[in-house]
Parts: sequence; C-alpha cells; structure tokens
Amino acid sequence: MSGPLAVLTLENYIASVLKSCADSETVATVAFVLAALTHAALLLGLFGGLPVFYIWLERKVAGRIQDRLGPTRVGGKFGWLQTIADGIKLIQKEDLVPKDADSVVFRMSPYLAGVASFAAFMVLPVADSWVGVAAECGAFLILALMSLEVLGIILAGYSSGSKWALFGAMREAAQMVSYEIPMAICALIPLLIAGSLNLQVVGRMQAGGFWNWFIFHDPFSFLAFFCYFTVATASVKRAPFDLAEAESELVAGFHTEYSGFRWSIFFLAEYASMFAVSGIAVLLFLGGWETGAVVPESIFGAFRGWGANVPVPGFEIGTYIANVFAAHVFVVKASLLVTLQIWVRWTLPRLRIDQVMTTCLKYLVPISCFLFLGAVLWPLILASTNSRPVVFGPALKSVVSSGSSSAPSVARADSEVAR
Amino acid sequence: MTEQLLFWVFAILSCGGALAVVVTQNVVRMAFWLVVSLGAVAALFFLLHADFLGAAQLLIYVGGTVVLLVFGVMLTASGHTIKVQTTPAETLLGCGVGLLLLCVLVFGIKSVEWAKEIPGVGDSAAAADQAEDAKLASDVASAKTDESRQAAINARDAAVARRQSGRTLRQLGLSFFGLRPDRNLNQEQGKPLAPGYLLPFEIISIHLLVVLVGAAYLARAKCRATSGLEADL
Amino acid sequence: MGSVGLEEYLIVGAVLFVCGIVCMATKRNAIGVLMGVELVLNGANINFVAFSRYTPLGLDGQATALFVVVLAAAEAAVALAIALNYYNNHLTIDVDRGNELQG
Repeated sequence: MSGPLAVLTLENYIASVLKSCADSETVATVAFVLAALTHAALLLGLFGGLPVFYIWLERKVAGRIQDRLGPTRVGGKFGWLQTIADGIKLIQKEDLVPKDADSVVFRMSPYLAGVASFAAFMVLPVADSWVGVAAECGAFLILALMSLEVLGIILAGYSSGSKWALFGAMREAAQMVSYEIPMAICALIPLLIAGSLNLQVVGRMQAGGFWNWFIFHDPFSFLAFFCYFTVATASVKRAPFDLAEAESELVAGFHTEYSGFRWSIFFLAEYASMFAVSGIAVLLFLGGWETGAVVPESIFGAFRGWGANVPVPGFEIGTYIANVFAAHVFVVKASLLVTLQIWVRWTLPRLRIDQVMTTCLKYLVPISCFLFLGAVLWPLILASTNSRPVVFGPALKSVVSSGSSSAPSVARADSEVAR
Repeated sequence: MTEQLLFWVFAILSCGGALAVVVTQNVVRMAFWLVVSLGAVAALFFLLHADFLGAAQLLIYVGGTVVLLVFGVMLTASGHTIKVQTTPAETLLGCGVGLLLLCVLVFGIKSVEWAKEIPGVGDSAAAADQAEDAKLASDVASAKTDESRQAAINARDAAVARRQSGRTLRQLGLSFFGLRPDRNLNQEQGKPLAPGYLLPFEIISIHLLVVLVGAAYLARAKCRATSGLEADL
Repeated sequence: MGSVGLEEYLIVGAVLFVCGIVCMATKRNAIGVLMGVELVLNGANINFVAFSRYTPLGLDGQATALFVVVLAAAEAAVALAIALNYYNNHLTIDVDRGNELQG
C-alpha cells in the first residue's frame, strides 16, 4: 500500500519542521496537537459546510416538488446564500430556556447530539487513506458513534419540561432502539463480503468497474442496499419516519422548546448525519470513492505514486491529486443519496408511530436477518459449485498464515486488497 | 507524552462523571453524567489499544444501556419520583464508607510491586514499538541503493499503518471462534493448546435470548395499580 | 504528570468502583441503583483491559471485558423490566418502599 498518510502524516511533517527548535518529547506532543487540530478543522469544515448546502438543496427540491420556486433572492439567482442568511438570523435570536426545563441538561443536550454526529465523520474515509482516524474496526465504530446522537435528542426532549417534547423523545427512543438492529445487520452483509471492518479496506476492495461494487456482489447484497437505505432514512429520523418531530401532531417534537443557536445545532447534526449514513451506504455498497467507470479510474490511477517527494520529502503530488478527485467523487455520490432522502421526504406521507414500529419489528428485522443468512450461505453455495472457498475473505487466511502477531497480517490483507 | 495527556484528560472526565453521578440527586442529570463517565471510559479503552472493546462500550453501554435507562426514567418519573432525596446522615455515612473503601483499594494497588509479582509487566507493547521504530529508521538511513531504500521506506510505512489500525481486533474475533493466535502460534510442539472462547460465546448468545424473552415477559402490559387520586378522577 | 502505567489505570478503576458502590448504597431511586451497578462494572472492566495491555497475559482481559459489557446490557434490560413492574405495583420507584415482605 502506498497511501500518502502512510508515507507522510501531517504529524510527522510538523515534527520534522519543529525538530530544530526543541527536544524530541515536546516536538512529538506539539506536532500531535497541531496535526489533531488541523484534521479537526478540516472535518469541521465538512461537517459545517455540507449541511449548509443540503438545507439549501432541501428548500429548492421541496419547492420544485410543490410546484414553486423555493428561495430565489438571497445571494443572486438561485438563492444560494439563503442558508447563511438563516444561520445569521438564528445566531441573533434569544437563547430561551423554559421555566420548567432542567436547565443544565437542556443546554448541554444539543451539543451531545452535535458531537455524536460530528464524531462519525472522524472514521469516515473520503478517499484512499484520507480518513481522520484509520480505525481497524471503523465500520463498527461509526455505527456506535451514530447511535449516540439519539441520546442527545432524548435528553433534549425530556429536559424541556414540555409534553410535546417528551412525546417526541419517547418516540425517538423507541424508534432508534429498534431501527439500530436491522441497520447493523444490513451493514454486516458487505462487511462479510469484505472480511474486514476497516472501511478503507472495504472501499479498496470495490476498486475497478462498477461491477465490483458490493451492491452487485450477489442478490442478497443488492437487496440489502435498499433495506439499509430505508433503515438509514429512519435512523436519521427523516420523513416518512420523522415521528420525533412530527409537526402536524407534536408542534415540533423534541426541539419544540429550542430556539436560536441550540436549535440550529440540532439541524446541523441532522443534516450531517444524513451525509454520514449516505456516506456509509456509498462505502459499503456503492464503491466508495471509485467512479465505477474504467476510464477515469485508469487516468487517476496513473496519477498515484507519481511525483514523489516534490514539495516536501515523503509527499506524492500525483497521489494527492488522485485523492482530491476521489474525495469529490465520494461527496457527490453521498450527496446524490441525500438528494434521494430529500425527494422521499417531500413525496411520501408520514407513517403513524405504530406503523413505524411494525415496519421495523415485523418486516425490516426479519428481512434483514433473511438477507444476512442468504449472504452467509451464498459463498458456500458458490464454493460447492465453483470450488471457491472465500467464506472469510483474505483476512483470516493471512492471520492464520502470518505468525503470532496480527500486525503483518493487516498490512498483508491491505496489500492483497490493493492488488 | 501525548498518551499521558490524553490519559489524564479522560481519567479526570471518567472519575469526575462518576462522582457527579453519586452527588447528583436528579435522576436525569445522573444519566447525563453517566454518559460522560462511560464515554470517557471508552476513550480509555482506545488508549489501552482495545479498539473493538471501546467501540462496543460506545455502542452497547452509551448507545444502548443508557438509552434504556433514560427510557426507564421517562416511564417511571412523574413529578414526585424524579427526585428521591437521601437524608444527610445517609449521605455522610455513604461517603465515609466510600472514602474508606477507596483508601483500602488505593493502598492495595500501591503496595503491590507489580514488576515482581508478574514477570514482564510494563508497557511491553510500547517498548517493542520503540525498538521497531529505531530499527526501521536505521534501516532507512543505512540503505545504500535506491531500491533497498525504497524497500526500507515501505517497511516503515507498513509499520506506521499497522500502528494506526489497532492490534487486537482480529485476534479477539478469532478467539471467539475458539482459536488463540496470540497463544498457540509459534509455540513448541507438544504443549497443550490454550482454549478459545467458543463455548462462552455460545453460552452468552443463549443467555441474551433468555434475557430478551424474560424481559419481555416481565415488562408485558398488565393492569396497573391505581392511586387514590386517579380512582377519584 | 508522571508516566502512565498499570497503576494509574487501576486507580481510575478503583475510583469508578467506589463511586458505583456509594451510588448503589445511597440512592433510593431504583434506576439510580442501576447506574451504580453500571459504574461498578466499568471500574472492573478498566482493570481487565489494563491488565490485558500491561502484562503478558494476552487477550483474556479484553475477552472477559467484552463478556462483561454484554452481560451488563442484559442485566440492565432485566433490571429495568423489574423496575417498571415495581413501578406498576407501587407507583413509585423508591426502593425503600418495597417492604411488603418485612416481618
């Protein structure tokens, strides 16, 4: 593997720059802190910038679907500064805390939801080895982090001291706890094919043409994508599953009592999670940062590894360009899925809460279990007809063959995948 | 030093959160502080190179158990039950006993000389990392031809990538299959194999099923006792 | 800031354990008692994982901690069901009020 992160991390670069002026211990710490801050700032840009775009997009799409124009004035022809104007308005608003609210929890819970949603971005790779934290159990970790957002919402609804907010929070709790199960099972299916929980490995395994994408791997994974996308829409509480904030029944659900900046944090978190679940879907099923077409892949594949050590030693400008392109591909793919979610929201009517729970427990859980079993049995059937025993992927083979430490095995699995 | 910094941040967060859980009387705020404490414990697991366990802690504890607890609070709290005060005497007694217990535990931990009791104690993994770093760096520095230099750089990159990606995930997974790659590989012939965790894993899955059924049975809808007030209404 | 080793993690585990014990002993809210149990289990888990990292004992600590996490989730589910049942019967979750069997 020859990712730029492995060759030159920002941390190593800063350390090498600082090396002349202090002792090594301090240099390592300062370099770590600076690199962490830079990465956090980059991710925060993504976390803050994408929702601004999606909120504008939602207004435009909603307008078009309802046969009107949507925002047209702020910032020129398409109203593309509308969200910024809204944001400025929201920051100016008074930060109200109701008398009956539990003020500490009421103030803290928007940040809990926001932090949980932002934390999911840490482990989401946007290009080959462009990832905040290259966790070996990235897929598991991202599902875990996404599940924390619900806690902020429940605490917000509960601490508001309002019955509408309480109803919203109760619905949200019941809905989230049930929808996590089919979501995890559906996400397991492509992970099973990849034989790794590392999202980068999953992405690299789908390189090449679109026929290598896991959605086209077998009939079960094809169906699993649609199941996952339905469940993901529910898990970010988008219509038709937006029972927690059903405005026709519950005023505004869990954020009834919120205003101003704290309210906007909830919205930022919601749109950021929409991107996160779509990003997971893209990584697991739709080829990650690959275009799926042969020509652009071969062009940008040729860039990789070219121009080594150009501005600074250890840096490859060609790989960097290829990764910038790949990151754009990834964001565009995920944004298309977000657009689909927006389209669904303005097309379908809202379900009732009992219908939401029935959909999950009576239909989605059994369907996802069936798909999972099918995906487990599929390679066995192939193996018996085709003699291709690929049950555990390349990972298990290399662990068993590579001696006591798992360490070389990871690298080897990566290199096998890269090949 | 970075690791120390992070350790102290998360140690203070987890201990402070736990203390706040004890001190707070309001059960919803207790749940909030419990989230802080358990999240910090998950971060400590990541610092201890237990990636999978940290993620499981976040998913199961913080995302699952605490949500369940808050759900329970919502179902049971009705004005007067949200704050169940303890008397000052009880609090004082509890704190006294707790402090004594803490003293005993800390004294016990401090009085054991771990290096003597357990051979090989200490940050063996970190020491191995440092030795490996030094060796790889010297390889890169001493390489003569371009080709060998590239090979040395590749080896260093592989080490960095492996360092970034956690160590124990695959081993843990294999141990649940009943294999022990950390014990049984590279071992001399004839020694008995260390057992894996296949049987406990199966038992725990049955246990979870039993719990699921039991909890559903216990919490099923029944006719509810009515208070005098509700009967009047 | 001294160097971080086994002892520091054990002390953090001890603090969590003691907080949990005190929480279990002093809270009268059944769900508060449950939170105390969670803290105790977490304190124990830190010890398991610290021993797994800083001693040559290998994976056993992490595997045990994982079992503890799973069992704790099961325990919370059952305990919560019991608490809800208790609330249905007594209209309170003050554990001191459950004294019907007292002689």
